Amino acid sequence: MRLKEVAERLGLEFLVTADPEAEVRGGYVSDLLSDVLAHAEAGDLWITHQRHLNVVAVAKLRGVAGVVFARGLRPGPEALRRAEEEGVNLLLSPSDAFDTAGRLHRLLLP
Amino acid sequence: MTSPAPLRHREIFPVVGLDLERAGQVSTEVQRVLRRLGVEPEVVRRAGIVCFEGEMNIVLYTPGGRIILLVYDDRVELIFSDQGPGIPDVELARQPGYSTAPDWARELGFGSGMGIPNMEANSDRLEIRSRLGEGTVIRATFWRRRDEAQRGGGEAGP
Repeated sequence: MRLKEVAERLGLEFLVTADPEAEVRGGYVSDLLSDVLAHAEAGDLWITHQRHLNVVAVAKLRGVAGVVFARGLRPGPEALRRAEEEGVNLLLSPSDAFDTAGRLHRLLLP
Repeated sequence: MTSPAPLRHREIFPVVGLDLERAGQVSTEVQRVLRRLGVEPEVVRRAGIVCFEGEMNIVLYTPGGRIILLVYDDRVELIFSDQGPGIPDVELARQPGYSTAPDWARELGFGSGMGIPNMEANSDRLEIRSRLGEGTVIRATFWRRRDEAQRGGGEAGP
């Protein structure tokens, strides 16, 4: 499913819109950067509470479809700027990680 | 045993210790360079992950160091060197889950003890040399076109 459709269905707000047509194939929830590098798959939507600059680098390196910040946690302007430069989709979820992941799972694997 | 493959590209990236603002930039730059040189996407992906882990180790634990990227016809090498405190027990550091990261780093999602295991999992060979009080040198090797390389490098250089 396309990222823009996922965002619409889950009520996610685009903070950085790099490629809204990106295909979302799954999801991954983690706050450990090495864990994401080791186990997230390309095309996953990565749900996290981390919101510093390095999140953008990890997302880019792993090729995830986008990063979703849970519980309305907004990243700082530096992270937004870096994501724009690197072409990484950043989204905001008003819901917590459990709820966001649950709804994403239901959407992708009904 | 293996015939020497010609060096195609050599680049040195300085890494500033404790500078989390810039951390991660070498890895994305290395991926960009490798893509531009036409290196296989699978090698680009693995080298990017290994580079990030190595870069973060330099940033988190040392006053600074550098990363050398070497691109050969048959392989890519990343050499991480620093003037940090050294790794007291390399075998222990290779074990998943072992970490000496300070709390501030853990709160940012680092220090889960997966850095060196990730470097091993994503490279074809990982050599670690460390001396207490002097620093650490890690060399990661990635084979390109593995089949041809293992067959003995039949193709001659230009």
